[in-house]
Amino acid sequence: MYRYDEFDHRFVRERVGQFRDQVERRLGGELSEAEFKPLRLMNGVYLQLHAYMLRVAIPYGTLSSAQMRRLAEIADTYDKGYAHFTTRQNVQYNWPKLKDMPDLLDDLADVEMHAIQTSGNCIRNVTTDQWAGVAADEVADPRPVCELLRQWSSLHPEFSFLPRKFKIAVTGAPRDRAAVAVHDIGLRMHVNADGARGWEVLAGGGQGRTPMIAITVREFLPEAELLGYLEAVMRVYNLHGRRDNKYKARIKILVHELGADAFRAQVEAEYAKLGSPTVDVEQRELERISAYFAPPVYDELDETCVPFELAKNENREFAWWVKSNVSAHKVSGYAIVNISLKPTGGIPGDATSQQMFVVADLAEQYSHAEIRVTHRQNLVLPDVRLSDLYTLWIELNSAELATANVGLIGDIVACPGLDYCALATARSIPIAQDVSERFEDLKRQHDIGSLTINISGCINACGHHHVGHIGILGLDKKGEEFYQITLGGSSDENASIGTILGPGFAGDQVADAIETIVETYLGLRADDEPFIETYRRVGAKPFKEALYETA
Amino acid sequence: MRLLKNGEFFEDTWLTLDNEEAVPQGADILVSAERLQAEFGTLMLHNGRLGVVVANDRAVDDIADYLEVIDTVVLEFPSFTDGRAYSQARKLRGSLKFRGGLRATGNVLPDQLAFMRQCGFDTFEVNGRFGLDVWQRAVTAMTLTYQGGYVPDRGFAPADVWSARAGNADDTLRSDFEEIWTA
Amino acid sequence: MSGKILTANRVNDGDVVFFTSDHQWSLRISDALFAEDEAVLELLEDQLRLAETGTEVTDAYVFDAEKFDGVLRPRHIRERIRTLGPTVRADLGKQSNGTGGAFSAVS
Repeated sequence: MYRYDEFDHRFVRERVGQFRDQVERRLGGELSEAEFKPLRLMNGVYLQLHAYMLRVAIPYGTLSSAQMRRLAEIADTYDKGYAHFTTRQNVQYNWPKLKDMPDLLDDLADVEMHAIQTSGNCIRNVTTDQWAGVAADEVADPRPVCELLRQWSSLHPEFSFLPRKFKIAVTGAPRDRAAVAVHDIGLRMHVNADGARGWEVLAGGGQGRTPMIAITVREFLPEAELLGYLEAVMRVYNLHGRRDNKYKARIKILVHELGADAFRAQVEAEYAKLGSPTVDVEQRELERISAYFAPPVYDELDETCVPFELAKNENREFAWWVKSNVSAHKVSGYAIVNISLKPTGGIPGDATSQQMFVVADLAEQYSHAEIRVTHRQNLVLPDVRLSDLYTLWIELNSAELATANVGLIGDIVACPGLDYCALATARSIPIAQDVSERFEDLKRQHDIGSLTINISGCINACGHHHVGHIGILGLDKKGEEFYQITLGGSSDENASIGTILGPGFAGDQVADAIETIVETYLGLRADDEPFIETYRRVGAKPFKEALYETA
Repeated sequence: MRLLKNGEFFEDTWLTLDNEEAVPQGADILVSAERLQAEFGTLMLHNGRLGVVVANDRAVDDIADYLEVIDTVVLEFPSFTDGRAYSQARKLRGSLKFRGGLRATGNVLPDQLAFMRQCGFDTFEVNGRFGLDVWQRAVTAMTLTYQGGYVPDRGFAPADVWSARAGNADDTLRSDFEEIWTA
Repeated sequence: MSGKILTANRVNDGDVVFFTSDHQWSLRISDALFAEDEAVLELLEDQLRLAETGTEVTDAYVFDAEKFDGVLRPRHIRERIRTLGPTVRADLGKQSNGTGGAFSAVS
């Protein structure tokens, strides 16, 4: 993975120093809250329901064991012994004190991490496929370009006060695990007939209160032109994005109001004026970065591993775990291990410092000391030998990290909701806990098969409910929490926005409603047809009828 | 209000004229882009310096034809978080190749000064709340930038990281603030 | 009985605090000055404006509360959770260290 050089180190240290100065000026009364707020937000410091919250960037979801260990130490030193992994591959601390923040950031800088631009109306942490570099279906590893974008967007002088926040997602594989169609800018790698690599540039996707699927701005942009082209997109947005209404300020509204053709024309006109004088520098930098992502040295292993196959036959729980949590690796004899942070009845995405230490150790022992964070709030060990899977599973089990539900109904995504968040209108976590307990039976989960549930505690949609196969949105009706259910959302290469089924439910009715939906699906599905395909085949009607028949 | 330029405070001697206001002989004047377009024929004969204020919802391309005789362009930051003028400045310095004075007005705070300078501003309308030391610290807090095209060509300049890595930045890493800033 | 309470977060550590009758900020809602009439409410609103420019607290606002048998309880679930801590972690927040209120967040 990428390592900082002297410049990256100096950059992050200077930024910590700058923020230390800003915190001192705030604590000393020199800065008012109105003045300090945009400054603290630019460094990921929020004020939440109970306390400050710090969001730490995990660039493109990649962590080393040393970094994970430091995150755990920070949880113990400055917080309350746990951390929350988010739907944007980041990590959040819920209780840090403002006066400790500069020291905390210095501790992060020690391990080449920061909180730059994890909030504010700027270019946020770039996200990508959690299996980047190891996925069997990959065209190219997207991480070098993600790192290039991280550097290019860091403290960008022109694009740090945009109309609204700005999220870029990148995929190097045809199977989209990065949800590029619901980001402000999505980048999808293609190889043309001549074997040259290029980017399909999407723009104007997003969730929130106006969910939209992105349009394609360029079908095939030569790789070397990426940053110049992005500069043109950003400039058009910075100048013309709406600033009169916070809820209409994302680029998706600009794209929608101008229309796809007019937006494209504006971007191309701006790009034509730019020239790209720095292409050579960028290409050299991309090559330099790429060297850090050279594949590790893999052992030459057989495609099948006999002891592993035997263990699967002998141990049903292990076999289940392999079926749901282990994915195909591009190298023979290796596997990708997905660690569920969704134990039955647990808090989605939360990990104790102890669990974080365990994952750091296991990654070191079994996976080239590398860990990934997924946008479904889980963790990944990307490089595990088939022959190590059983031992690894035993060790994960003893740390309560071996729940065999990745991609299944128990693998629920939920934002922190009203239990933590100052913007939330309803709680998300208790709903996730209810539903996960209702479907506790692993055999049943595996029988139901691939199904995503996403829960957001307000219209801002941090739980990505619009793109869950089943989406749940928590709202407030005269002081009572109630929940709206959507069906048919998806964030993959066939991205779609879910449809609202009908009137909402009280919190204690949600698990029943989900069960009704699942039972309806099981009655309708053909053979092994996954939920989303059955839904697309039959539409919302049978689900509505089943849910509201007695109403 | 006073002006901050090259690390020093100056009295603002420019006169900002309303669209109907008579043009005083010999004064340095700032007019709106509308007035500039409407009265360019007479304004270009004015015997003081001529500047134009461009609102931040207006395309800077509108004044492209007049840039050769314009001494100063003033761009507005109505609030800390309204960043349109950064892109306006960038377009003026970039594709429009404007080399005159570029002044930031409105809500100009120390914490934005470095970004403004990197986008091409060289003059800042500031209130008396912050001393010169605060402004200087704000400019020099970051000695590096990842955006190679955004390095000020005068005064203190952060080093361009990507060029520096390639060994091309021996003389861009200028950290002696006093010498550079006041030069 | 219904009325209003002034709350904020402490600047240096972010903790939730309530404005008290002796014009201090307390961690406990039980210490809060409960405004049942216009005069007291005006005092809270003056303090709110003062808080915005001060350095001790931030994000001050007034919320609706009720008083039964001498116990102050926020009307809205959001404020009750804020006064107690996360409902999903009884071991965290005010509910865990004895500074919470004598009520439940959800009922």
